[in-house]
Amino acid sequence: MDLLTALSLGQTALELGLICGLTVLALFLSYSMLNVCDLSTDGCFTLGAAVGAVVAIAGHPLLSIPAAMLAGVCSGFITALLQTRLGVDSLLSGIIVNTALYSVNIAVMGGSSLLNMNKTETVFTMMRELLRDTPLAGQYTLAVALIAAALVVGLLVAFLNTRLGLAIRATGDNPDMVRASSINPVFTTTVGLCVANAFTGLSGCLLAQSQKQVEINIGQGIVTIALASLLIGRAFLGKGSILTRAVGVVLGSFVFRLVYAIALRFDMPAFMLKLVSSVIVIIAISGPYLKGRLPMLRRRLTAGRGGSGRRGA
Amino acid sequence: MLRLSHVFKTFNPGTVNEKRALTDLCLHLAPGDFVTIIGSNGAGKSTLFNAIAGSFDTDEGSIELDGKDVTFAPEYQRAKSIGRLFQDPMRGTAPGMTIEENLALAAGGGGWLSKLSRGDRERFRERLALLEIGLEDRMRQPVGLLSGGQRQSLALLMATMVPPKLLLLDEHTAALDPSAAEKVLRLTEEIVAEHKLTTMMITHNMRQALELGNRTLMMDSGRIVLDIGGEERAGLTVEDLLERFRSGAGKDLDNDRILLSD
Repeated sequence: MDLLTALSLGQTALELGLICGLTVLALFLSYSMLNVCDLSTDGCFTLGAAVGAVVAIAGHPLLSIPAAMLAGVCSGFITALLQTRLGVDSLLSGIIVNTALYSVNIAVMGGSSLLNMNKTETVFTMMRELLRDTPLAGQYTLAVALIAAALVVGLLVAFLNTRLGLAIRATGDNPDMVRASSINPVFTTTVGLCVANAFTGLSGCLLAQSQKQVEINIGQGIVTIALASLLIGRAFLGKGSILTRAVGVVLGSFVFRLVYAIALRFDMPAFMLKLVSSVIVIIAISGPYLKGRLPMLRRRLTAGRGGSGRRGA
Repeated sequence: MLRLSHVFKTFNPGTVNEKRALTDLCLHLAPGDFVTIIGSNGAGKSTLFNAIAGSFDTDEGSIELDGKDVTFAPEYQRAKSIGRLFQDPMRGTAPGMTIEENLALAAGGGGWLSKLSRGDRERFRERLALLEIGLEDRMRQPVGLLSGGQRQSLALLMATMVPPKLLLLDEHTAALDPSAAEKVLRLTEEIVAEHKLTTMMITHNMRQALELGNRTLMMDSGRIVLDIGGEERAGLTVEDLLERFRSGAGKDLDNDRILLSD
């Protein structure tokens, strides 16, 4: 692998890592902070992509951003409504919304499962025009991704340090305490999921526009990929201030894409992406669990040997 | 201040596990009352607190707090006027958040989007210093690093940060080691006296029940079987109290954790 390939590999990983890092930041809010595993993420990602594409194709590339985020908010609101007001289990409400979004997404795309944006003006083509004749001319994708990631990290960190943000963190950290305090957990859960899904929608919108197309399966498995990134990020920068941790999860997203890109170079077929991300999530979650069980397992093994010996005697 | 009128609560109605937890319970607290509550196992002491705080819906009756009918108000709304501490010191604080963040939540005030200011930090530091356990120098540490006694002291501070109309203490020193329990109890007395808080305290320590506050309730089978205050209470010994319980409830007090002396 020569230097140029390595650089281009790193750049692609960085772009993808930053854009999908927005979804990781969304999970950082819903999964790490609010302690809700939001399984509507896949559908919401596609929803953001679809809505963003439709608005961009209609000739409003800038408007596509808030539109995709608003769509995410709506999706998050429904997921929250199901679990806070209608007695649907938290995991199940995500799954249900995810399923429903499949239909919604195809409807948004006008009954088609593929939208092409080859000749559409998007935020990326706008950035390309903006950077033309500057030294950064070729870096428009990276520029958009960097700005988006920086803005979302900034917003999220500021948000989590407000009183509302603290209340959301407390809801995930100690639900008992929140129930007995004047914080309404229904409110905090709803706001948290709406904000998180706005980021997920934005992430989908940007990925679709950077790839110049939306395909109905664009978001499939993104929740696992994002979880894998989140857990990798936690391994690097899991402790410290909210800012450190937020930067950590974006870094995790980049590292994940980088490792994946390198694996592709070594002839791992592209379709392995989802298996790899699943395995990473399994290792990251069950690793610490098994480590905790280790002393007990060891005891049982020794006791088992000793026990059978005694029985034999 | 607090008025409960004919409150009923039955858990699992219509099943073999049916449990009448509160039966026709009436109670009136004057402002500044400090009521201690003792009772047998499953007498409904915590259920009474849950009913007042709104942790579940009552079946019948009405609850009035500070002149307002809160019978149908959700828990978080009542919590604006109620401070509550549980036996488990882990319940009152968020372990993954720092001490100052926990206090900021408890202090409330400001809009939803307001941030912790330097003034807030100063105020928290002063309040923390009153605990005399050095928490004022650890404000940026996560609460999860504190001991049970420290966490309960912090929870007490949080529950009274904005002086509540009513303070509910559910055996809040029972899970602490003796010296920590002593400290938290002394602190409770100070804070209650400072803000003249109307307080209800469940305890299983008979002497505590008589020494603290100005009124003692004894509960059995979801009813208040004994309610004594004023001069009648002043001369009472633990033995008298047990005798009074026997005549009130028609049986001996059977609480396997009860402390007759210290």
